[in-house]
Amino acid sequence: MTFLSSLISGISLGSVYAIIALGYTMVYGIAKMLNFAHGDVIMVGAYVCYFAFNSFGLPWYIGVLLSMIICTILGVVIEKLAYKPLRAAASLAVLITAIGVSYFLQNAALLLWSSSPKSFPQKFFNIGGKSGFTIFDGKLEISYTILVTIICCVVIMIALTLFTEKTKLGKAMRAVSENKEAAQLMGINVNRTISITFAIGSGLAAIAGVLLCSAYPILQPTTGSMPGIKAFTAAVFGGIGSIPGAFLGGLLLGILESFTKFYLSTQLADAIVFGILIVMLLIKPTGLLGKKIMEKV
Amino acid sequence: MKKILALIIAVVMMVACFTACGGQAETEATAFKIGGTGPLTGPAAIYGNAVKNAAEIAVEEINAKGGIQLELKYEDDAHDAEKAVSAYNSLKDWGMQIFLGSVTSKPCEATVAEAANDNYFLLTPSASSTAVIKDNDVGFQMCFTDPNQGSASAQYISDKGLGKKIAVIYKSDDVYSTGVLETFKAKAAELKLQIVSETAFADGTDTDFTAQLKDAQDKGADLVFLPMYYTPAYLIISQANQMGYAPTWFGVDGMDGVLTIEGADTSLVEGVMLLTPFNADSTDEKTAAFVKKYQEKFGEVPNQFAADAYDCVYAIAQALENAKATYDMDNVKLLEVLKEQFTSMKFDGLTGDGMTWDTDGAVTKSPKGMIIKDAAYVGLD
Amino acid sequence: MKKLLRKDNIKNLSSYILVIVAFVVCQILIGAKAMPSMYQSLLIPVCVYIVMALSLNLTVGILGELSLGHAGFMSVGAFTGVAIALALKEVITATWLLLAVAMVCGAIMAAIFGVIIGIPVLRLKGDYLAIVTLAFGEIIKSLFTNLYMGIDPEGGFHIGLITKPEDLVEGSKMLINGSIGISGVQKISTFTAGFILIIISLIIIFNTVKSRTGRAIMAIRDNRIAAECVGINITKYKMTAFVLSAAIAGAAGALYSLNYSTISATKFDFNTSILILVFVVLGGQGNMIGSIIAAAVLTILPEALRQFADYRMLVYAIVLILIMLATNNPTLKMFFDKIKKAIRFKKKEEAKEDM
Repeated sequence: MTFLSSLISGISLGSVYAIIALGYTMVYGIAKMLNFAHGDVIMVGAYVCYFAFNSFGLPWYIGVLLSMIICTILGVVIEKLAYKPLRAAASLAVLITAIGVSYFLQNAALLLWSSSPKSFPQKFFNIGGKSGFTIFDGKLEISYTILVTIICCVVIMIALTLFTEKTKLGKAMRAVSENKEAAQLMGINVNRTISITFAIGSGLAAIAGVLLCSAYPILQPTTGSMPGIKAFTAAVFGGIGSIPGAFLGGLLLGILESFTKFYLSTQLADAIVFGILIVMLLIKPTGLLGKKIMEKV
Repeated sequence: MKKILALIIAVVMMVACFTACGGQAETEATAFKIGGTGPLTGPAAIYGNAVKNAAEIAVEEINAKGGIQLELKYEDDAHDAEKAVSAYNSLKDWGMQIFLGSVTSKPCEATVAEAANDNYFLLTPSASSTAVIKDNDVGFQMCFTDPNQGSASAQYISDKGLGKKIAVIYKSDDVYSTGVLETFKAKAAELKLQIVSETAFADGTDTDFTAQLKDAQDKGADLVFLPMYYTPAYLIISQANQMGYAPTWFGVDGMDGVLTIEGADTSLVEGVMLLTPFNADSTDEKTAAFVKKYQEKFGEVPNQFAADAYDCVYAIAQALENAKATYDMDNVKLLEVLKEQFTSMKFDGLTGDGMTWDTDGAVTKSPKGMIIKDAAYVGLD
Repeated sequence: MKKLLRKDNIKNLSSYILVIVAFVVCQILIGAKAMPSMYQSLLIPVCVYIVMALSLNLTVGILGELSLGHAGFMSVGAFTGVAIALALKEVITATWLLLAVAMVCGAIMAAIFGVIIGIPVLRLKGDYLAIVTLAFGEIIKSLFTNLYMGIDPEGGFHIGLITKPEDLVEGSKMLINGSIGISGVQKISTFTAGFILIIISLIIIFNTVKSRTGRAIMAIRDNRIAAECVGINITKYKMTAFVLSAAIAGAAGALYSLNYSTISATKFDFNTSILILVFVVLGGQGNMIGSIIAAAVLTILPEALRQFADYRMLVYAIVLILIMLATNNPTLKMFFDKIKKAIRFKKKEEAKEDM
């Protein structure tokens, strides 16, 4: 029973990581930049949804929609103002602006919405007034929030995979990710493609924000930063640019974390999880589902 | 090369700021300059802002009375010792005479060393680590120390027979949490309390607490001790609720504020016990007036950090009045008179009546046991 | 070739001159009591961050590998340095010597960690390498927050993880106390020591870069396979650069920790690693003088912005973004180039006129 409950708590944590990692991997794989502001866009998304629900009394689906729209706009604006002018610069240079944007969002949120924590409504996904269902004669409880998170995660992963595999725009994104110059020569508008990637990534961030805060209902201006770093780790761990990889990486990281806490040590959980991660990367140096790149001189 | 050029421009800009600050003319002092540092940005910003806001209210009230006049300045330290020291030094440049210390423990340990070196009187509202008052002659505390809380909690649990099997969840990278835990464990061993489960979390792992809770539940703990601030505590309690685990929850003064979380489901924290010197729902006239004013001004219910800060300013004002201190006294002279006052006077504030300080700088007020009933604190005794 | 080398030398020399001039100016300002105490308190942190930036630049700029866990080495140096300083307080009475010993020990310990971490890390490439350095940074932080070390009256060390060492006898002193870290540190760091550390770091880095080792390292950075084909021992040279970088960071960590009366492991987290990376990237990868200026400016900037009160960090963020845009934007670049050309043209004209 302990095993099952640790697995379930791991999956629930992992699916939140995974959904953030999906947004990360989109931007990281295609624009080749570490978007450190991604975690903070998540935070903005959660706040928007919180206010829509709590202050304006809107139903939750409108809240989610609203936060997706606002985050997408925010993502595009950030991209236009802060990242686009640096398109020609080295990818590490953009990292600094991303950090600047991250500081900016966090501190703007602090000034706008104050530092005191808000409790995110947990009743979003209640069915019949209950927050979850039990199996094995009530020994094991699974909350609907977890279920919704996992379903969302799988749906988004499949949708994104289909999108990048089948649609014209998705193919353009992959082309840009492979080789910017060659893509440009093939008539792809690289700038526009990257902008669209940001828009999609930010829209996903809004969903991630709502799901993160539904599962762990405390909302603060710094809410997004730590899960952001974990998710980034998961994205790389899964194999950079690989959408199923990000999903798998996130899920595995969550399960690993949960197992460590259950069976090994809660005090050293972070150290052990990262240690296992290192060992796994040594065995598979290009991430779980990463592509082996042939090196040429 | 352009980068260097841009950076040089930035340097020039900064030097411009720097000279602008330096060129202040000496004017006659018309108020005592009180300074403090605290986390106004970053993850710990709730505590810093609460202290700053409450101190501002207190200063306004005192100034409005027309007696001694105070001038307050708070600088951001982002809960970081390094930043706290530069914040402290910037207060020194401003002409600070009395120092309110830092809001959080670690930064305060750093600033108290500086203050001791420069002879500034320091009264911190909330830095509860013993290192703040130990081994120096300038540090005083308004809150009670971590060891005090830990042993008081164990004593309380034992006296009232609140739990047979006790579980502890603590934040392993937080000074406050481990400080309380250490003395709690020592006292618990002395009183033969049985601690069955001891688990931790840290900054990176503070979202999912299933493992910690499951451990406590499996080992049959009927009381869970939570030496931490209220934000993670609320998460823990709400997750336990989802698991269907309902032990007695026991917190320390950091738990205070759990009722002020916007949008919180207060039914979750029903029955939570905590030791706190301050109760925002108290019918006490002074407290009610303070809470009302705070809410009007900042739109939030003040927590115990705010109450301690409010008391700090009033205690300093009282000491200054008693000592008949004058505005032109420098920090060394003020340190001397304030120390004399603080070790001899009695102070009635929001967080206790008849508070006195010992020569170390520790306050003698006893934490009160509270239980949350119908979304309000009720005294346990 | 000769000319190129000379140009290099001039650039290196200008770094030394910049540091020395800045040091002298600061000393004069302090002597004349013209420097506000806030800026005085920033002198040592600035020195530390400059050294950190220089050492990371060795990994990122010269070796060409992205490291996201550099603060971990700083942490190792800091804890070692303070523990040594506390343990030897009675033995060595001259504070400058104590500081030097602490810094050297910090550097050695960080170098040992550099070797341990370097073995797995350097087998990976690119982003995967970066993520593993991040992981090591977090592991070091997590270990130090749970580390307890006591010293008994006879001078024996006792180490415990998660809980205090049980064999601790009465009268022993806790050196490292878990998340509380180390308290009651005697402040022995001085600005002069910081200045000397910068100069030593510069000497080490410039000499390494100019040497055979440095050329091999840069060859690996520019083309690993080609370098391997010419017979360069990739692992050895990568390791040299990585360990050197770790050691310098360790010394800086010791200097840092001995400047505050208290130190805790949470200070050396991912955010600090990133901050140092920002110095390096802003100053230019491989550009030491750039690192020095960037580290100094970005450490002082948030403090200088204190007059903005609540909006301080917001302004800092905007300034950071603007600096980056200004230094990398093509339009602005062209503008700067034009000015430069105009100046050059004018100079030529003047030269002609002189003739």
